[in-house]
Amino acid sequence: MQFAHLYKFAAPAAFYPLAGRLIPWFWGLAALFGAIGLWLGLFVAPADFQQGQGYRIIFVHVGASWMSMFLYVVMAFWAAIGLAFNTRLSGMMASALAPTGALFAFISLWTGAFWGKPMWGAWWVWDARLTSELFLFFLYIGFIALTRAIDDPRRADRAGAVLALAGVINIPIIYFSVKWWNTLHQGASVSLTKSPSMAAVMLWGMLFCALAMWMYAIAISLIRARGIILERERHADWVKALLTEAAGGH
Amino acid sequence: MKARHQRLLLIAAALAALGLIAFFVFSALNENMAFFYAPTDVKAGKAPKNKLFRIGGLVQTGSVQREADGVTARFIISDTAESVAVRYRGILPDLFSEGKGVVAQGRLNDEGIFIAQEVLAKHDENYMPPEAAQALQKAHETGVSQMPPPSP
Repeated sequence: MQFAHLYKFAAPAAFYPLAGRLIPWFWGLAALFGAIGLWLGLFVAPADFQQGQGYRIIFVHVGASWMSMFLYVVMAFWAAIGLAFNTRLSGMMASALAPTGALFAFISLWTGAFWGKPMWGAWWVWDARLTSELFLFFLYIGFIALTRAIDDPRRADRAGAVLALAGVINIPIIYFSVKWWNTLHQGASVSLTKSPSMAAVMLWGMLFCALAMWMYAIAISLIRARGIILERERHADWVKALLTEAAGGH
Repeated sequence: MKARHQRLLLIAAALAALGLIAFFVFSALNENMAFFYAPTDVKAGKAPKNKLFRIGGLVQTGSVQREADGVTARFIISDTAESVAVRYRGILPDLFSEGKGVVAQGRLNDEGIFIAQEVLAKHDENYMPPEAAQALQKAHETGVSQMPPPSP
């Protein structure tokens, strides 16, 4: 198989240096996309015809919401791989992703509340979209709490994986909530099935901001994964070699 | 079959079962999941009686009136098929305007007027610069465009 050699990176000892080499690239891309997105969003894009300047919250809110859902799917994917194949790295990846996902879910809820007060007239309403996103935030927090509460990392990973997989049902519910039910939250402006109902420059600004958040999420998750690898493999020979080298070399 | 394939199948089956459960739960809850009722639902008697509920639709163009006290507004919420008269005493949100979406919470009085305690603006998913909205509106008025006009 052509990609068979990629499997070697499933070993923490091989993944650790690979992640270290990738991280600066993702930081660079995050900074680049973020600069383009914010420049388009805050300086180039005009005000909206009905929301005025207030609509600019989308440059943070939409990307954060997308990432909160996407990262959960990735987390559930690693959880499923870990459960099925008993690979060590999968659980570490799921644990590394959870705090960033929780952060994005929080940003999504927080910016949404700040926008909702002037636009809708309410900080918060219990409609299907808002409630399911809040549930997503609690799922992340629950995952973090559950995995931290169990001392044996392999058992913690398995318990967390079951929770992550059960919660993945919530993702389509969040996404389609504005279609399936009457909600106060408006429908999707950008979707795969129709052309976006948004002026092009606003859309590009939003997409670049979302890309920047994506790159940031990868960079920060890889850093966290490296930390988890070092902690869990601290008795392994390669970590000892790495540490003595670092201590002796500098 | 290898053990790991068995586990993969088990996970897939468990997820499918969970999905099915969620589907049935939400089908059963469907009525209660709605954030608001449309005027058609209200006229059909689907909205709860003597209880707070929300009603949503468009503010009918030309229907907004202010009473002499200056803080009470009267308007009509319509879903183009049916409409309900609403009375609200309080501050309307910035995005509240004729022809735009609105969600009001309150209850029906004996005359069938909806006494709102809270009015929220519901806007649509369209984002565009004001110039584009004006151009669309103009094109619609002169009959150049087949697109519906944006409702500012």
